[in-house]
Amino acid sequence: MESRQDLLSNIKRRQMWDFCFALAGLMALMFALVTLLALIVDLAITGVPRINFDFFTNFPSRFPQKAGILSAWVGSFCIMLTTAFCAIPLGVAAGVYLEEYAKKNWVSSLIELNIVNLAGIPSITYGLMALGLFVYKLKLGQSILTAGLTLGLLVLPIIIVTTREAIRSIPNIIREASYAMGASKWQTIRYHILPYSSGGILTGVIISLSRAIGETAPLITIGALTFIAFLPTSPIDTHLPYLNFKWLMDPFTVMPIQMFNWLSRPQAEFHVNAAATGIVLLVMTLVMNGGAIWLRSRFRKKMKW
Amino acid sequence: MRRLKEALIESILFLAAASSVFVTLGIVGILVTESIPFFEHVSFWQFITDPEWTPLFENAHYGILPLLCGTFLTTIIALLVAIPLGTVAAAFLSEYVRPNVREILKPVLEMLAAVPTVVYGYFALLFVTPLLQKVFPSMGGFNVLSAGLVMGVMIIPYISSLSEDAMRSVPSHLREASFAVGASRIQTAFRVVIPAAFSGITSAYILGISRALGETMVVAIAAGMQPNLTLNPLEPSATITAFIVQVSLGDLPHGSIGYQSIYVAGLSLLCLTLCFNIFGLWLRKKFQEKE
Repeated sequence: MESRQDLLSNIKRRQMWDFCFALAGLMALMFALVTLLALIVDLAITGVPRINFDFFTNFPSRFPQKAGILSAWVGSFCIMLTTAFCAIPLGVAAGVYLEEYAKKNWVSSLIELNIVNLAGIPSITYGLMALGLFVYKLKLGQSILTAGLTLGLLVLPIIIVTTREAIRSIPNIIREASYAMGASKWQTIRYHILPYSSGGILTGVIISLSRAIGETAPLITIGALTFIAFLPTSPIDTHLPYLNFKWLMDPFTVMPIQMFNWLSRPQAEFHVNAAATGIVLLVMTLVMNGGAIWLRSRFRKKMKW
Repeated sequence: MRRLKEALIESILFLAAASSVFVTLGIVGILVTESIPFFEHVSFWQFITDPEWTPLFENAHYGILPLLCGTFLTTIIALLVAIPLGTVAAAFLSEYVRPNVREILKPVLEMLAAVPTVVYGYFALLFVTPLLQKVFPSMGGFNVLSAGLVMGVMIIPYISSLSEDAMRSVPSHLREASFAVGASRIQTAFRVVIPAAFSGITSAYILGISRALGETMVVAIAAGMQPNLTLNPLEPSATITAFIVQVSLGDLPHGSIGYQSIYVAGLSLLCLTLCFNIFGLWLRKKFQEKE
């Protein structure tokens, strides 16, 4: 039999191990967070003094002091628009199908397995696919449209997964009530399921766009220009129908590519520009992500079935 | 009429869901068809044994080994950072921290994954490398070590977040049983919760490995773009992804061997990722049988 003394020392030893592990866990978290902080502070110290109004309204230039990100942020904006138009309807429709319609058979499990696997496929292979398929086979060129479609397909799994989660959290009583009133399946989805899950879907949309805005590799692969001193064609026309879509076929650059371009030059003055672009990008992605998290917690609290 | 409309809507929605399969087919199809002409020029044997990769030079060599070497080296360094830190952070979050604190800490940790990779590249090149050069004065401006370390930090949230989900979904009566027989928190975490959550943790690791293998901007910026058959992390090197970026930045004529070589590189990368996914699936099956 163990004596009381042994037992007490045994307990003490375990408590010490417990404490040590808690400390290790805290250190692991702190290490990650301190790195994040170092990254932000380092970027801010170098980049923030460079950010002024001219930085947003100037084209890139050979002279680092004059160079700005006008073509880059306009390009990023146009591509986000195209990406959203491509990915949101497709992703939400796929999410609705998988959650509300799909029967348990090999087709739906193939689709589900495929979506899980897509998350692991490197983003640069999407770029290669787009170069082969969109640029050369479908002859869309190295355009905003190609870039938007590529990023749209890239973020599609994120939208599908979050849509499904949002739909799954709606209890069955809502569906049953709707059917009891004589609504069809689509009417139930259209007037009840989709409106109630819109918060969750919006969260997914924001997260996927914040991912797309920082994505660089697939756009380099499809041939984004690294130096571009003009804007895409204006979408507003002087004569009927007052709107045109020529800008979709224009060449482009985006903020991450502009940053990469400045970063790969030897002069330190261009590195300052890179840091400033990095700050703009970082603020945008962190604000979008923060917004998504806030939205998620707000909807979680508000929804009480 | 109404039934027809319903059926129409269902088939449209089905097509949307099926589109994700077409994306996969598109990726595999394009990579394979564009790679075939390459192998008419270069024998497969030469491809996997030649110690040099210089497809754009006058005296071209087509050996994938230097690129594989760079890819594995950066991945291993990244995983040495991400797996221990990510797992410990996950266990800490799921077993030690109060739920309301966790609700704050987890999103903050996930911010790490939201930072654009090109920003991580900046950080590796202009912050971590100068820092490391104080420790290793012989190290050049481009090196595998700083790229790998930064990539590791970047991957932590992928591993910690999924592992934490897996650990938290372990039923609490298992924990209570463990506490009831006198186990401490750390014993419960390592002998009960982690083994029970192992299949979920494995998928977290596999996702982390896939991320590390396919990560592009950090290595393209900080590791240099010189294919280099070395295991020394202080030297510059190129990964498969960095090579694709390097070629894409130039003017590649459609149909040239340089153009085909990026598809071959992409196909190799995809096969590599696929191998690890299958390995992960096998590992998970094996552990599920034990239960």
